Amino acid sequence: MSAHSATEQPLLRLCGIHKRFGDNHVLRGVDLELAAREVVCLIGPSGSGKTTLLRCVNHLEVPTEGRAILQGELLGQYTRRGRLVPLPPRELAAQRAAIGMVFQHFNLFDHKTALENVTEAPIQVAGMSKHEARAIAGRLLESVGLAEKAHAYPRQLSGGQKQRVAIARALAMSPKLMLFDEPTSALDPEIVGEVLDVMRKLAHEGMTMLVATHEMTFARDVADRVVFMDGGVIVEQGPPSQVLTAPSHERTKRFLARLL
Amino acid sequence: MDDSASNSQALVPTLDGHVERRPKNTPAGVLLMVLKWMARAVVLVVMVDVVRILVTSKTIEWGTVAHYLTFGAILAGALTTLELTVAGMAIGIGIGVVLALMRLSPSTVMNAAASAYLWFFRGTPLLVQIIFLYNLASFIQRITVGIPFGGPTFFSWNTNSLITVTSAAVLALGLNQGAYMCEIVRAGILSVDEGQMEASLALGMTRRRAMRRIILPQAMPVVIPPTGNNAIALLKDSSLVSVISMKELLYQAQLIYSAQFNTIPLLVVVCIWYLAMTTVASVGQYYLERHFDRGSTRTPPPRFRTRFGRNLTSILRPGARMGSASDVAAAAQAGQRSGLGS
Repeated sequence: MSAHSATEQPLLRLCGIHKRFGDNHVLRGVDLELAAREVVCLIGPSGSGKTTLLRCVNHLEVPTEGRAILQGELLGQYTRRGRLVPLPPRELAAQRAAIGMVFQHFNLFDHKTALENVTEAPIQVAGMSKHEARAIAGRLLESVGLAEKAHAYPRQLSGGQKQRVAIARALAMSPKLMLFDEPTSALDPEIVGEVLDVMRKLAHEGMTMLVATHEMTFARDVADRVVFMDGGVIVEQGPPSQVLTAPSHERTKRFLARLL
Repeated sequence: MDDSASNSQALVPTLDGHVERRPKNTPAGVLLMVLKWMARAVVLVVMVDVVRILVTSKTIEWGTVAHYLTFGAILAGALTTLELTVAGMAIGIGIGVVLALMRLSPSTVMNAAASAYLWFFRGTPLLVQIIFLYNLASFIQRITVGIPFGGPTFFSWNTNSLITVTSAAVLALGLNQGAYMCEIVRAGILSVDEGQMEASLALGMTRRRAMRRIILPQAMPVVIPPTGNNAIALLKDSSLVSVISMKELLYQAQLIYSAQFNTIPLLVVVCIWYLAMTTVASVGQYYLERHFDRGSTRTPPPRFRTRFGRNLTSILRPGARMGSASDVAAAAQAGQRSGLGS
């Protein structure tokens, strides 16, 4: 469907993802592929499973069924004697390091400065030298427009600034894929723009992004593909011009009508 | 929000309330006023009398007190008390962290083991635990490290040689403290938002590293105040090991007064030393709390002296209220602390 994915193998492949929380069947068989450099926006009503799907990618939630494959490597599981078993914690951690995640509520480390937030994983996980990590973090903070806030603690930052630090923190591990879990839903409307601008820039630089969002303007302008989810399944997907302006499904129409 | 603006707004209704509620010139109001002043007079008389007894009492023998206050054995005892407290807290914190992680682990075995530990050490008196541990040799003759159920033995000790007065005292205090520290550390860990662990995992940290680098440091502001309280409680409770003739402050005093029959002067010496140590510890805890509080508030709480001074004024001037919000917060925190500590 996407222009890129015709020849090369997809960067991320989700096959038959199911997730149950007790009796609550949140994901009911989701298949999705992302090509490298592709930006995909997940839209849909609250409770449709967008967040859970993102969390299943990096195994913050373990899928009840199905697999997530990043560049041909099965995530969170491996085959032993013909059966899929959970990966040891250390190896799962290494896989997660290659996938950046941005959370709705930022989840910055409150006891560390903006700079320390960004350098923490490169130093502790990737084993980078402090000097090198600081240089990279400095550049990343500059690219999100927060060079002068490097030594501020999260409590001294606005919501938009926190989220931009969180994006820089995720980028510091040079991820192959970035997951955004409603990154602007906890922000005041007037500062949503500054976070979307950073994400827009990132998309132009060629980052592969999977974005759960309610920002339809962003989806229309930036996404290569829009995926509409409802009730734990993908209802329809396609280029934003098609899904957002001329949806073919009744449920998509109703959802978009409510937003406008 | 601007501080002064919010203060003046908040003050107006409070003042109004006071003026309205204060009974004036009605018979009931006058009676209440008389009763209040009588109560104050009674308390004042009692206080003066207590001081008079302390100063003039013949049994206290202030000369003897002064002599023994800096007596070698007493000083050594006070030092031992401090050492017991430090060692007991160190063991207690170590055990507490391990127990807290066990309690929070998804494993039923770990959870049950930690719960059983807590059940025993919090459900039996410290005094009993001290005596029990001291007599451990008559219960378990040898302590052995090896593979159980007939496997090979790696190390083996005679319990009698392991359990001395000192080791029994330190261990009993530490093991008991561990049970109380567990709940404090657990509450601290639970106070940290779940998102912190998720963000750490998403960045590729293992749970253990996230715990050490991200979660535990953020639990500190919640853990420090009750830990300080427990340390002060342990300082006093360490006197219990005098029953197994551990030569700490109380036991040293007992040794002297059982020979010289100057019981009261020596108990006064003991009290003075405990008061001195707990007072210093309280001031120390105040500054420790302020240090660890930096992360959570923008303005530091007032210096110890200022706070103490204000409380003193409010005691001396019965009409004065503990006005500021920080005082109320501090009082609430203190109440919470004593609830956790006991």
